[in-house]
Amino acid sequence: MIQVSMTVNGIQESHAVSPRTLLVNYLRDHCGLTGSNIGCDTTQCGCCTIHMDGRAVKSCTMLAVQAEGADIITIEGLGRPGALHPLQAAFRKHHALQCGYCTSGMIMQGVDIIRRGRAGSEAQIRHELEGNICRCTGYQGIVDAISEVAQEAPESCAGPK
Amino acid sequence: MTLPAFDYRRPATLSEALAILADDPQARAFAGGQTLLPTLKQRLARPSVLVDLQDIPDLRGVKVTDTTVEIGAMTRHFITETDPAIRAAIPALSHLASGIAHPQVRHLGTMGGSVANNDPAADYPAAILGLNATIRTTRREIAADDFFTGLFSTALEPGELIVSFRFPIPRRAGYHKFPNEASGHVTVGAFVVDTGAGVRVAVNGAGPCVFRQTDAEARLSAEFSHAALEGFTQDPKGLNNDLHATPAYRAQLVAVAIGRALDMALAAQPETTP
Repeated sequence: MIQVSMTVNGIQESHAVSPRTLLVNYLRDHCGLTGSNIGCDTTQCGCCTIHMDGRAVKSCTMLAVQAEGADIITIEGLGRPGALHPLQAAFRKHHALQCGYCTSGMIMQGVDIIRRGRAGSEAQIRHELEGNICRCTGYQGIVDAISEVAQEAPESCAGPK
Repeated sequence: MTLPAFDYRRPATLSEALAILADDPQARAFAGGQTLLPTLKQRLARPSVLVDLQDIPDLRGVKVTDTTVEIGAMTRHFITETDPAIRAAIPALSHLASGIAHPQVRHLGTMGGSVANNDPAADYPAAILGLNATIRTTRREIAADDFFTGLFSTALEPGELIVSFRFPIPRRAGYHKFPNEASGHVTVGAFVVDTGAGVRVAVNGAGPCVFRQTDAEARLSAEFSHAALEGFTQDPKGLNNDLHATPAYRAQLVAVAIGRALDMALAAQPETTP
């Protein structure tokens, strides 16, 4: 076992885990943050997308120990009921979710896309969403929501610094 | 998915990393993990120790001079994609990096990890071979032409790590790939380079290992234009055969990919003396 410490949504976490523990399992099982989902477990679907040091990564394709000392933000750190992040509100407005399984990853990736200034056109947003799969919505609402926030509230997606 | 058990080390220096690897033949260098972790999930590798290279300063950094671009082995794909100095010096290299997998993978995956793995469906080997990069390792310098030795194999010896890649800045270059629509892996790609003293054409995805297309090189060296490629064909013998593409189809794609990479090279503003 290795003691692995990191900041998760502003809170210092430290748990003894096996080196083979994936970051997504560290977050779900040890930090109790079940908003990051495990979908394909093969780096394809994007349901486990979180931010590490301000950048979107797939937490099913990282070891928890790799993130030792890192600053992690999950969907739980973005907004909460009654105080939704603008992109969460836009997802609701544009019907950008149906079953909701991909949604936390989609929103984390959407924030990352806007943060990097890569939401300039519908085609660009779709290209940037290549690593996130939704089987319900047909993507249109997701693209519309990201596009709206990119135009109206890009500062809400600014990274740490 | 539960990974097989292993120990984990995160050395702060290159010499410490080399010592761990030398002590244990089952130890494995660990870069971004974007290939190795899926490989472990499939139980295709059973390392005793993963040696995480992320803290080693010698493996990082980008250095651009008038004639070369040097990129550290642990440089993540998004850096190669967005670094202004790399983009200005070799735009085709940044373009290639911008198309690797998807953004989340580009935030973690590294050039050294990709090149050391030499997956026939990877992007970087085409850039290394096409641009005639020199691979600097912990023991020596290896020319691109001597580096890629076959399917998933390279000239690297056990315990030898890539430190950096040194690319001569070409006059102009272009890259085009046909990715598999579902996986994004390269079905066929081509990197076309006008070095200023000749033309190099590297083809990835098509065969078991990236290779130079010498017929296309000779044609484009004589005249860097589409007219020179008229009648060019790729021999399908020895090309990959899988459920995505037959050797004959891949051979056809090689000709098209070279043509489209040439388009990009011709569109790029060539470095000329006024």
